[in-house]
Amino acid sequence: MKYPLTIVAIALAALMPPAEAAALQEVGDPLASARWEDMRRQFLNGQSVVFDPRVKVVAPSTAENPMQVPVTVDASGLPGVQEVVVFADFNPIVEVLRFFPQASPAYLGFRIKLQQSSPVRAAVRTADGVWHVGGSWVNTVGGGCTAPSAAAASPEWQKRLNEVSGRQWTEGPNAGRLRLRIVHPMDTGLVAGTPAFFLEEITLRDETGLALMRVRPAEPVAENPIFTLLRSGQGAIEASGRDNNGNTFTARIAP
Amino acid sequence: MKFRLIAFVGSLAALAQAVLAAGFDYGLQPQAVAPDVYVFVGKTEDFDTKNGGNIVNTGFIVGPDGIVVIDTGPSRRYGEQMRQAIARVSSKPIALVINTHHHPDHFLGNQAFADVPIGALAAARQGIVADGNAFAENLYRMSGDWMSGTEVVAPNRTLQAGDLMAGGRRLRLVALDGHTGADLVVVDSASGVVFAGDLAFNDRAPTTPHADVGHWRQALTVLEALTRQPGFTALVPGHGAVTRDGAPLARTRAWLDWLTASLRAAARDGLDMNDVLARPLPPAFADLPVAASEYRRSVGHLYPAFEVEALGAGR
Repeated sequence: MKYPLTIVAIALAALMPPAEAAALQEVGDPLASARWEDMRRQFLNGQSVVFDPRVKVVAPSTAENPMQVPVTVDASGLPGVQEVVVFADFNPIVEVLRFFPQASPAYLGFRIKLQQSSPVRAAVRTADGVWHVGGSWVNTVGGGCTAPSAAAASPEWQKRLNEVSGRQWTEGPNAGRLRLRIVHPMDTGLVAGTPAFFLEEITLRDETGLALMRVRPAEPVAENPIFTLLRSGQGAIEASGRDNNGNTFTARIAP
Repeated sequence: MKFRLIAFVGSLAALAQAVLAAGFDYGLQPQAVAPDVYVFVGKTEDFDTKNGGNIVNTGFIVGPDGIVVIDTGPSRRYGEQMRQAIARVSSKPIALVINTHHHPDHFLGNQAFADVPIGALAAARQGIVADGNAFAENLYRMSGDWMSGTEVVAPNRTLQAGDLMAGGRRLRLVALDGHTGADLVVVDSASGVVFAGDLAFNDRAPTTPHADVGHWRQALTVLEALTRQPGFTALVPGHGAVTRDGAPLARTRAWLDWLTASLRAAARDGLDMNDVLARPLPPAFADLPVAASEYRRSVGHLYPAFEVEALGAGR
């Protein structure tokens, strides 16, 4: 059954190229997931929602390693992005992370743990309060959330906890790109005897103290998280953050 | 409700497939590669419900006093059919079964040989004990009913590098690593046949779930030397056709060299794993069987280490 678009979607469609406007829809989950209505209630309850092709969620259709599934969210084609929530419908811990692109484009690459095949979605809230949703299905053998972290097999990580390595690219096709890796077990709490232990706050600022992006990871972010961002401006970047046990870090990434 | 319907349709499809594959006959035909040396050559495909996992090469050597079996295939059924096919060639007893390494397509037929000694390198034995069940579960998922009744039978003998008399035949065992943590190469001295295991792939993209590529390249150098020794007659790769030269070694090396060089360059250029997955294969490998899927798997296995290298030491 085809429902007419509401006023929100009509207003949005007026501002978009016809091909993209045609893909806007407010009902009928394009990923046909049995969990969509639950997801909508949990994350976007009572608010305006559109499925929007400008929210790109890139992930492999078949993921080799359920403990390291690469996901890239690109909503840089949407103006006025305030907040992005990433979730996986069929994960035991559904919310993967949130990010708030402040002075940087709404673009973030990271890796996640998946417990079984699932849609991976990004819901993007724009300044007008509308949530724009995109996503893709990832097939995987599963077990990513209940398998012990590699750190669990070796005490070595304790010496390197919250160690940050990173690099900025200032020329070539990837100029403006920042990559950041943080040593952390990111334990989900779903492995018997291992409590949840994960990074929950990361902030990136430029040399003037301007906040570029705030990221709030949750348990499903993969061990030793690695993030890919796009930045505007120049100069060193300061990354700081903490985990749910209060361990903090600060690191400077020179261009 | 929708999910139940999908599951129901799915099980109908599985049933139809099971009927088509009735009998689950792998059609194993021994190929003589030298006097008294035979190979069962598998398909250069990935595991699926049509091939039942017959994507691997196994073999046997008929010695004066008994038979040496090299690898046992992906399932109980494969092992049983292999043993029957061997019995049609020779009525001699099985003296020894060798598992070249701890990957499931090379040892899950061990059940059919549970009454005879099964040997492997120490680390391969440990790998089979530790990971065998998880590997088997994965093959049930990919090959379906062909796997039914398959259970892990771990090797009960530890093999070491050096000469070994088995079945009255002198074997030279060469202990290497790189494809996995313990890869055993078996050289049959009388025939000059080299069983390279999965250190060599021929006309099929190599797999890398437990690879140390640097060590693998060193192992290829050792194998190349073996194929240049006087008396060498044939190379049996773990996957793909048997050759009379070392060509599969060069092909395996070319793939590994390209893979590592391109992943290292990608990490230095700041590519994310999804960027790397999206890149097309170069023309040299575009037509190689299962290249696209093995490339994707290898990016997952190998790229994180190159990212660490490119991002430098932590602070």
